[in-house]
Amino acid sequence: MSAPTLINGQSAKEAIRELLDEYAERIDAERYEDWLELFTEDSVYQVIPRENVEQNLPASLIYCNSKNVLRDRIVSLLNANEYNPHYDRHMISGVRIVEQDEGLWQVSANYAVFQTSHEGQSRLFSVGRYADKIVRQNDRLLFREKRVIVDNFSVPSMLATPL
Amino acid sequence: MNLENSQAVFPRQDYTRVPYWLYHDREIYALEQERIFKGPTWSYAALEAEIPNPGDFRTCFIGETPVIVNRAKDGSVHAMVNRCAHRGALVRRENRGNAKEHICVYHKWCYNLDGSLQGLPFRRGLKGKGGMSAQFKLEEHGLQRLRVQSYSGVIFVSFSDQAEPLEQYLGPVFTGHLKRLFGKPIRILGYQRQRIHGNWKLYLENTRDTYHGSLLHEFQSTFGLSRVTQTGGVTMDERHRHNLTWSKLGTDADAEFSALYKDNKVHESQLRLTAPDVVKFDNEWGDGISLAICSLFPNCTIHQISNCLGARQVRTFGPNEFELIFTLFGYVEDSPEKHEHRLLQANFVGPAGLVSMEDGEAIEITHRASAGEGDACSVIEMGGGGPIPTRLDHRVNDTPCRGFWSYYAELMGLEPEGAVR
Repeated sequence: MSAPTLINGQSAKEAIRELLDEYAERIDAERYEDWLELFTEDSVYQVIPRENVEQNLPASLIYCNSKNVLRDRIVSLLNANEYNPHYDRHMISGVRIVEQDEGLWQVSANYAVFQTSHEGQSRLFSVGRYADKIVRQNDRLLFREKRVIVDNFSVPSMLATPL
Repeated sequence: MNLENSQAVFPRQDYTRVPYWLYHDREIYALEQERIFKGPTWSYAALEAEIPNPGDFRTCFIGETPVIVNRAKDGSVHAMVNRCAHRGALVRRENRGNAKEHICVYHKWCYNLDGSLQGLPFRRGLKGKGGMSAQFKLEEHGLQRLRVQSYSGVIFVSFSDQAEPLEQYLGPVFTGHLKRLFGKPIRILGYQRQRIHGNWKLYLENTRDTYHGSLLHEFQSTFGLSRVTQTGGVTMDERHRHNLTWSKLGTDADAEFSALYKDNKVHESQLRLTAPDVVKFDNEWGDGISLAICSLFPNCTIHQISNCLGARQVRTFGPNEFELIFTLFGYVEDSPEKHEHRLLQANFVGPAGLVSMEDGEAIEITHRASAGEGDACSVIEMGGGGPIPTRLDHRVNDTPCRGFWSYYAELMGLEPEGAVR
């Protein structure tokens, strides 16, 4: 049996958990430009309603087929779009490595995002599942693909900040 | 509120003032269900491409009334209220499917695909005991059937015998536009849904308010997708109930736009996209129209934003909430590249739409701030007041909102004396 893969001294599972926690932390702290740095240049970021996935329909709520498209969305969000002022809070659990290959991990996790208005009222904003492809680049892990499959696909109010 | 005195509802005959309480009142909301959604109108129900095969069905809501739309064995499309004739339960709970019949789960009453009652368990009782009364007739207890007509594959339903024929109701501009977008076989790409905490009429106004487009939706103007300096305008039907807002990309100069926005103190940015192909417009209809927002009274908007196509349906949940359901489509003949382009341009619309996300917020802040207002009014005067024109060759107006209100007031019986139509 070969030795387990170590990434910066962590096991793959630990490093994946760390990546997901960083992901959540950067969104919740509104550090969207830092958040972008967790993706590879050729990454796909997609937020898709569960009803479309179940019917094999391809249309998404957000579909970025490269990091540049995702970057443009963040630039637009920060400079052009008007959205509801709020705080996000991510909860990520049930992290599973579904499949692994040399330097590539397919990961599944559950997520919930609570949104809090600037009047201090919180609501469950989004709940669903991540289906990710995570790769090792240099000495760290990055998302090559992030698919957010939204269970509550009738989106409350609007979806501006990333899930 | 006093509906007996309908003269008092709209303070002006040309609908340049609309009282805020109309967005919040429960009695008005109940009346809207009867007089508008169940009135002499045609509501958008579904697309034929969603139910291509015999037995295919979809459920939807017209106002707040649940409806089944399905295709029968002979290929004909039927629509009926999705409420069991027995105890009023939802018969179909799924969004979609394929079935030979519709069976209510509660007591297993069974309906044919044309809504007629096929049968029910224990109708004759058990060993001579119980069962339905001898006078009970199956043919008197079908699902409530709706009129259904389809135009270019877009299915509309009506609760009323008084509604004029669909083609006449839509009028030539709008049948023409439907032929333009649905002229060849379409492919359903998927759905987007959004729950907005505001009154449904605010959305109908939003899609008719062409003034807000380049101001609220800064993505459009920032990245040149749609700017008020482009050739464009609004076109309504004779009765001003529907509206088509359109514009053509590439008909203005960057300098003209920049100067105008600077003069009007509107934020102007030097931002550029790193992936500009996303906003690229393919003039696939050959008429140069790159933006067409088509609002059909009372519950539908058909959008073409660049090459992104979709039908939007409004479902109401009381005066304070509605759902928007976007059905996105392309064409069967689309090349893989074209297909991918449409999927990318789906980023423009829906609750996360780069071009449309702000609508949800604009409606919610309007609804929130106008609650509890007595007779205070919103102002609809961009483009002037007085008689309502059917065409304007600019988009610095919200005139189609006045058109909406004039037809709304007529149906609701709330027209002021001497009102414009």
